[in-house]
Amino acid sequence: MNLTLKIWRQANADSKGKTETYKISEVSPDMSFLEMMDMLNEELIEKGIDPVAFDHDCREGICGMCSMFINGEAHGPDRLVTTCQLHMRKFNDGDTITIEPFRAKAFPVIKDLTVDRSSFDRIQQAGGFVSVNTSGNTQDANAIPIEKSNADKAFDAAACIGCGACVATCKNASAMLFVSAKVSQYALLPQGKVEATDRVTNMVNQMDEEGFGNCTNTGACEVECPKGISLENIARMNREYLYASLKG
Amino acid sequence: MTLIASSIGRKLIMALSGLFLIVFLTQHFAINITSVFSEGLFNEISHFMGNNPLVQFVFQPILILGVMLHFTMGFVLELKNRKSREVRYNSYKGALNAAWVSRNMILSGIVVLLFLGLHLYDFWIPEMDYKYVEVLPLDPDRYFDELVHKFKNPVRVGIYVLSFIFLALHLYHGFASSFQSVGLNNKYSKVIKSITVVFSVSVPIGFVVIALFHHLTAF
Repeated sequence: MNLTLKIWRQANADSKGKTETYKISEVSPDMSFLEMMDMLNEELIEKGIDPVAFDHDCREGICGMCSMFINGEAHGPDRLVTTCQLHMRKFNDGDTITIEPFRAKAFPVIKDLTVDRSSFDRIQQAGGFVSVNTSGNTQDANAIPIEKSNADKAFDAAACIGCGACVATCKNASAMLFVSAKVSQYALLPQGKVEATDRVTNMVNQMDEEGFGNCTNTGACEVECPKGISLENIARMNREYLYASLKG
Repeated sequence: MTLIASSIGRKLIMALSGLFLIVFLTQHFAINITSVFSEGLFNEISHFMGNNPLVQFVFQPILILGVMLHFTMGFVLELKNRKSREVRYNSYKGALNAAWVSRNMILSGIVVLLFLGLHLYDFWIPEMDYKYVEVLPLDPDRYFDELVHKFKNPVRVGIYVLSFIFLALHLYHGFASSFQSVGLNNKYSKVIKSITVVFSVSVPIGFVVIALFHHLTAF
């Protein structure tokens, strides 16, 4: 496959950045998108050009590190996959592919296609945990009966890998799908209910402080989420937050 | 952070004020549709609504507050949302993952707001002038004629019809979306979506029918 790549190049967070065009040939349809990027970078290095910086880690679709906005969509045109699991067979020979970083005020560009998503870490640190005494007296988790449907919903919410595709794709750069998944995975379980009020209050407040936009229920996040996190979680977070606010 | 300052609290305000306006719209439609069937009944209800102290001095101020709250918060949230992505994408294919109506609520909302300005100029301001500025004598039979008179102008009817189309688009997303914002997303959501489709199509079409009926029968 012969492709034209229009890639956002930005030296650092303070520089302006612009789109550069690169031609690449002999791309195999069986390559992953990141392998294609590796191939491009090898060519750029040989030419003495600074390679394109992009996020990646496990390349198995589970770490949530890769983060490109490809042809106008987070993680590209495929559904329920991260960029590392996107394959070049989804494109056609001769295509022009636009590659941009995830864009949000709360995700500042570090370099080229890499963005700083530590705002997600700060939200998680604000309440995305259960305080458990790990002194050795922790009881067996199976000792607490949990309704199967709730366990399934909690597990589905916990599948969120925190990649930020929801923010990137939302027209408002809202982080509500991510935060709601992290709230839900605990809110549905008896172990999480103990700290539910503080958790949702602190996490939503941190989300607002980070400068994310507001949810307008377009549902784009659910469509683009590589893990299929449901909008039901946002409704649950809204309930939890309203209940916490009324409880005081 | 207080509830009203939080993102979720502001969603709640948009949703509750929106649902309140939907209730108002329903009763407005129920009254207006009588003008197609019975001049007398329309005059009777209009006279009651225009002179009942509870409607005039309690419900009307609440309605004005609800409208102002809804569009003010809409603009506040739109500005906040725009600030949340300062550098725009070169390529953004929103149509691939979200409906046009959901992505353009600010556009349909502004059209409805502009229409509201015209609508108040047409009916509410003259009504306030009649009752509270010039303090003209009570006339229980004037309402139907005032309504028909306004719809004689084809340009006005055209603007009304166009505005009702945008109202339909606004309701098509806003109605069901309000329930999500207040935290309701469960087995009843499909029913709510169905009600949303029926309501958002039938009520604006009903208003269009009323406007066209009076335009065509006025001569």
